Amino acid sequence: MTMKLPYYPGCTLKTKAKNFESSALEVAKSLDIELIELPRWNCCGVVSSIVSDNLIEHLAPIRNLIRVQEMNEHGLVENENRLVALCSMCFNVLKRSNLRVKENPDDMQTINDFMYKEEDYEGKVEVIHLLEILRDMGFDKVKEKVKKDISSLTIAPYYGCMLLRPKSIAIDNTEDPKIEKDLMMALGARTVENPFRKMCCGGHQTVQDKYAVARNTHTIINGARKAGADMMITSCPLCAFNLDNRQKLVKEAHPEFEHMPVLYFTQVMALAFGIDEKYMGFEDNYIDPRPLLREKGLLKAVSHKE
Amino acid sequence: MVEKKSQKIGVYVCHCGGNISEVIDVKKVAAEAKKISDVIISVDFPHMCSELGQQMVINDAKEKGLDKVVIAACSPQFQGPTFAKDLEKAGLSPYVLEMANIREQAAWPHYDNHEKATEKAIDLTKMAIEKARKDDPLEKGELKIGNRVLVVGAGIAGIQSALDLADAGFKVTLVEKDPSIGGKMAQLSRTFPTEDCATCILSPKMAAAGDHPNIDLKTYAELQDISGFLGNFSVKIKHKPKYVYEEKCVSCGLCEEKCPVNITSTFDEGLSKTKSIHLPFDYAVPYKYYIEADSCLRLIHGGDTCGLCQKVCPKDAIDFNMVDTYEEIKVDTIIVATGFDIFDAKEKPEYGFGKLKGVINGMQMERIIVKIAEGVILKELGKKIAFIQCIGSRDKQIGRPYCSRVCCMYAIKQANLIKKMDPTRDVYIFYIDIRAFGKGYEEYYNTAQENGVKFIRGKVSELIEDPDTGKVIVKAEDTLNRQMIEGEFDTVSLSVGVGPNEGTQSIVEMLKLAKSADGFIQEAHPKFKPVDTLIPGVFLAGMAQGPKDIPDTVSQASGAAARAIALMNQGKYYYDPLFAFIEKDKCNGCELCIPSCPYDAISMRDGKAEVNHVICKGCGVCISYCPENAIDMNLYSNEQLLVEVKNAVADKGDEPRILIFADDMTSYRMIDSVGTAKMSYTANSRVIRTPASGRVTPELILRAFYYGADAILIAEPEEISSPYKTSFKEMMKNYNKTLSIMKEVGIEEERLLALPFVTVMLVKFVNTVNGLNNLANKLGPIPKDKREKLVENLKERLFGVRNE
Amino acid sequence: MSKIVKITKEAAEFLNKIEELSGEKITSCIQCGICSSSCPMVNEMDLMPSQIMSMTILGQKEEILESKSIWICASCFNCKVRCPRELDLAKVAEALRQVVLRTATDKININDIPEDEIMELPQIAIVAACRRLTN
Ligand SMILES: Cc1cc2nc3c(=O)[nH]c(=O)nc-3n(C[C@H](O)[C@H](O)[C@H](O)COP(=O)(O)OP(=O)(O)OC[C@H]3O[C@@H](n4cnc5c(N)ncnc54)[C@H](O)[C@@H]3O)c2cc1C
Ligand code: SF4
Ligand code: SF4
Ligand code: SF4
Ligand code: SF4
Repeated sequence: MTMKLPYYPGCTLKTKAKNFESSALEVAKSLDIELIELPRWNCCGVVSSIVSDNLIEHLAPIRNLIRVQEMNEHGLVENENRLVALCSMCFNVLKRSNLRVKENPDDMQTINDFMYKEEDYEGKVEVIHLLEILRDMGFDKVKEKVKKDISSLTIAPYYGCMLLRPKSIAIDNTEDPKIEKDLMMALGARTVENPFRKMCCGGHQTVQDKYAVARNTHTIINGARKAGADMMITSCPLCAFNLDNRQKLVKEAHPEFEHMPVLYFTQVMALAFGIDEKYMGFEDNYIDPRPLLREKGLLKAVSHKE
Repeated sequence: MVEKKSQKIGVYVCHCGGNISEVIDVKKVAAEAKKISDVIISVDFPHMCSELGQQMVINDAKEKGLDKVVIAACSPQFQGPTFAKDLEKAGLSPYVLEMANIREQAAWPHYDNHEKATEKAIDLTKMAIEKARKDDPLEKGELKIGNRVLVVGAGIAGIQSALDLADAGFKVTLVEKDPSIGGKMAQLSRTFPTEDCATCILSPKMAAAGDHPNIDLKTYAELQDISGFLGNFSVKIKHKPKYVYEEKCVSCGLCEEKCPVNITSTFDEGLSKTKSIHLPFDYAVPYKYYIEADSCLRLIHGGDTCGLCQKVCPKDAIDFNMVDTYEEIKVDTIIVATGFDIFDAKEKPEYGFGKLKGVINGMQMERIIVKIAEGVILKELGKKIAFIQCIGSRDKQIGRPYCSRVCCMYAIKQANLIKKMDPTRDVYIFYIDIRAFGKGYEEYYNTAQENGVKFIRGKVSELIEDPDTGKVIVKAEDTLNRQMIEGEFDTVSLSVGVGPNEGTQSIVEMLKLAKSADGFIQEAHPKFKPVDTLIPGVFLAGMAQGPKDIPDTVSQASGAAARAIALMNQGKYYYDPLFAFIEKDKCNGCELCIPSCPYDAISMRDGKAEVNHVICKGCGVCISYCPENAIDMNLYSNEQLLVEVKNAVADKGDEPRILIFADDMTSYRMIDSVGTAKMSYTANSRVIRTPASGRVTPELILRAFYYGADAILIAEPEEISSPYKTSFKEMMKNYNKTLSIMKEVGIEEERLLALPFVTVMLVKFVNTVNGLNNLANKLGPIPKDKREKLVENLKERLFGVRNE
Repeated sequence: MSKIVKITKEAAEFLNKIEELSGEKITSCIQCGICSSSCPMVNEMDLMPSQIMSMTILGQKEEILESKSIWICASCFNCKVRCPRELDLAKVAEALRQVVLRTATDKININDIPEDEIMELPQIAIVAACRRLTN
């Protein structure tokens, strides 16, 4: 039976990271999961407010959680309190706000009072990342759907911050995460461990000081390269931008630097599942992975969208 | 329990040299006490515990014929025993003394409100007077003690205790779970700060323990159960099979040569190989072979598999059919010396222990150094070596906030040793603070500096390996210069801390010992009873009690032996008559109380229940099971608790009144500490001491509300550290039962709290009590009719159909 | 010449304010420096993360608020998961930024960023930067 789950896309998946969304939705479909977009969703809030006296910034995330309640009431999903996020950053913010109000009933009350036009948030929603859904259903199930042998690919998983920190929201061991590695192995890829897999890419600093971020990108990509990887995967559009796009600046500063494709984990899944290439949206990746994939015989000589 | 019609009560209010009198109007307290009937003396005095003060009590008692003495001063924990002795000197029972704790519970926590502190002191004194009125002139219990001692764990602590006891002529059973004695010290290279070789100083002691006529050594043995009490402990021991007869084995080693199975050596911390049949280590005691069952082909597959060792053994010492055997022994006292475990660095994956080739832990470093001296290279150290301190210590992230006290010094020692072996080595120690507190330690630290060991003040955050060179990259802030430093090292040694081990945990559970916040065993008093436990006849030695080095371990081990000797030499032991008893005329023989006692102290005789006073530990949990109110106990009788409650609420006026039932072992001491720390909490609170919170019956709670309490806290040690087996469970049961009645009557359930504490939870206590006070203020007083309803038809409500 | 830091009443007030805003007990820092060695941005900073802690304790307000470090912090929480006292430096940095931002000072101006750069950046980066670095 199809598992129907409320799904929160967030702004970036609708614009810069369309390829993440399209690949994820298709992959989910193959696994009999229907991700149903939250009606009337709004911005997640993007960065969780972390000063103690600023409750207002939790309004936006909580409002999204109320939508999950409404979906249940309107029969769009049945008794489903999980809200799936794809973007790690949205995931982090939604989950932290949710925790904060669950742990502080007074804050919950204040927020509910403030949003008097909305129904009250009851504190039952559970924010969950697609990776967790896959792990919970069992990576064996994922393995069953594999159609293409991708064992020629050596992949370095990259976790960054938002899936692991702070500990209260972590989807895996904060210091020794395995979830992406296990997923890639289920798909049949080889994996290597990048010592910088948990290092922050620099996040939003990319706006203020792109060179600083590029220096982090350099460290992280080099780590993957030295470990023997030919591509990296991530689950965050912001990391993806910093690790992918900022390679341009790395190259400017270090002409000997070799580019490395950075993919969303769902793109690799789609590849292994043999899903139509149009859903993978490789044309949106800054460092085009297609030459590499062709070289490995994983893509047709020339694909339609070029 | 028959109260004398007219009694003479003496009341003494202490200034405590200003500690009390600067906050509390002691004259007023004495004057108020004087007004109470039967109080024939009520005075205030600068220092009750001084020679003069004590003499005054003795004289008054003799000359004026006092029946009861009340001293309003410090906590009974401190001077209680002193004054009890005075009463004995005056020819009175030591149990007709009551102390009103007006220092820790009034003067100190309420230093900021003299008026309320004085009011509280008056109440506390009244409560004590009324309790004293109902004190029985009991006598101390007496027990015979013999000369048999059980020492659990044969590390250096257990060995030292055993030798001291055996030399003094006591009969020692030394039980060790491993196949050889020696403990962790047997693995060490040299010992700081003198650098004497650990083996050279330890092995003579091991041999002495092995040979001593007064020591019965039992290795590869585990304790299954301990029951009984001081002077009569029964100990059940399980002997694990070594598959080699100790008496027959001559340690020729032929078996080991033939054994085809290689396993990693735990003694060498996984750095070398040994065989399935092997000696524990080179100078083991007993020096006999044994088979590690889970790796032996024969023991795994059975039948005729392998068996090579048996075939070559010239003494026919090997027997694959050995099984677990059990024995039961009786002892008079017990010394727990179960030691510690090093922190498993895999719990901090960021340091790559077990993953990165160049990363080892401190114990592995010890083994590597020992073997280099013997000419064996367990692992190449290389030229550049770093030590990282405080791995698994002083770290809240993993719940170990304490300092392990040995790792700074052992790292300095190891650095010195490897530097001396090869001065061209470049050795760094990354530390947060260097703790070199012992005799000769600071000087030893200086020699490391003089030897060229470099000390960098900054904790390393994570370790990564350069895949090209295989070297470990270390990055740290040099906090003294505010700069980042980075380097590649051949070997990084994690100076792991220490923690309690499984063996200690199992003894803690068997004996119901208390644990301190760090998980080690709690001593009876951190200053004055450092080797005693709260259980008479059970003593502590070595790391089992907390992190310490060998000098401290050995002193403590000798201390524990001396304490045990002091006790056993008397041949007798006196104890408080803290036990339950049955009022036979009320008992209807229903037997409901029988299963309630976790120690099986209650039995039936001639149709009536009876409590065995020696077995009864005095938790009082049986009392709430009796529908006839036929069970009562000494020192905390039903009547006494009730008058305390009554007097605690009598003068509350318009303020809410918060009652706290605090168990004697943990919560009461914790509340004393809150006072000592001068942490202020609401002065609307009154504390009633109980032996254990399982003693607090639903009836007592309901009556407390009936008399006027507005909120109640029942405080109990955490279940795991409670000295009484079922007290926690019974408290929760009583709590829930009471809640359901409160609900029926329509009284807010939040007014009653039952919470677990450990002695250090001072802030939690303050917040809880203040919280209750705020709540009581918010809810307002409980209406009179509701209070009355609470105690209507109590018997039926509490015992319901059970009684029908 | 060596610097002298005066111990003043304002210094204590500044510490109190930051402790209150951040909800962190800054005085419990033991200056182990692990925050600095876990920080992915430390190479870009003028004050070490640990230094922000010690200087806040001393109330060195101007030096901290004028430092680059508080703006460079990426709120990655690596220090938080490593600090042996479980202190959250990301919160402390946020509190320090708030002190500046609440005086209506913006750290970045979106209009200063070239158009093609804006086109390229993911939305989430821009919103996050505005949240963390503007009023
Ligand atoms: C790497 C390292 C280096 C060190 N170097 C030094 C040094 O140079 N100088 C110094 O002074 N100190 C040093 N120390 C500290 C020293 O090791 C300890 O102080 C000492 O070993 C404590 O002895 P113990 O007998 O209390 O514990 P242990 O040595 O742990 O002995 C406890 C014994 O009890 C046994 N046991 C446990 N549970 C049970 C049970 N339930 N039943 C039966 N038996 C049980 C264990 O098997 C063990 O044999 C060092 C510590 C470490 C970790
Ligand atoms: S002894 Fe030194 S290394 Fe060990 S915990 Fe204490 S400070 Fe840290
Ligand atoms: S519960 Fe009470 S009445 Fe029943 S046997 Fe025990 S003491 Fe007697
Ligand atoms: S329950 Fe407690 S008080 Fe009652 S008989 Fe048993 S040990 Fe004694
Ligand atoms: S990690 Fe924590 S304790 Fe250490 S210096 Fe940083 S803030 Fe202070």
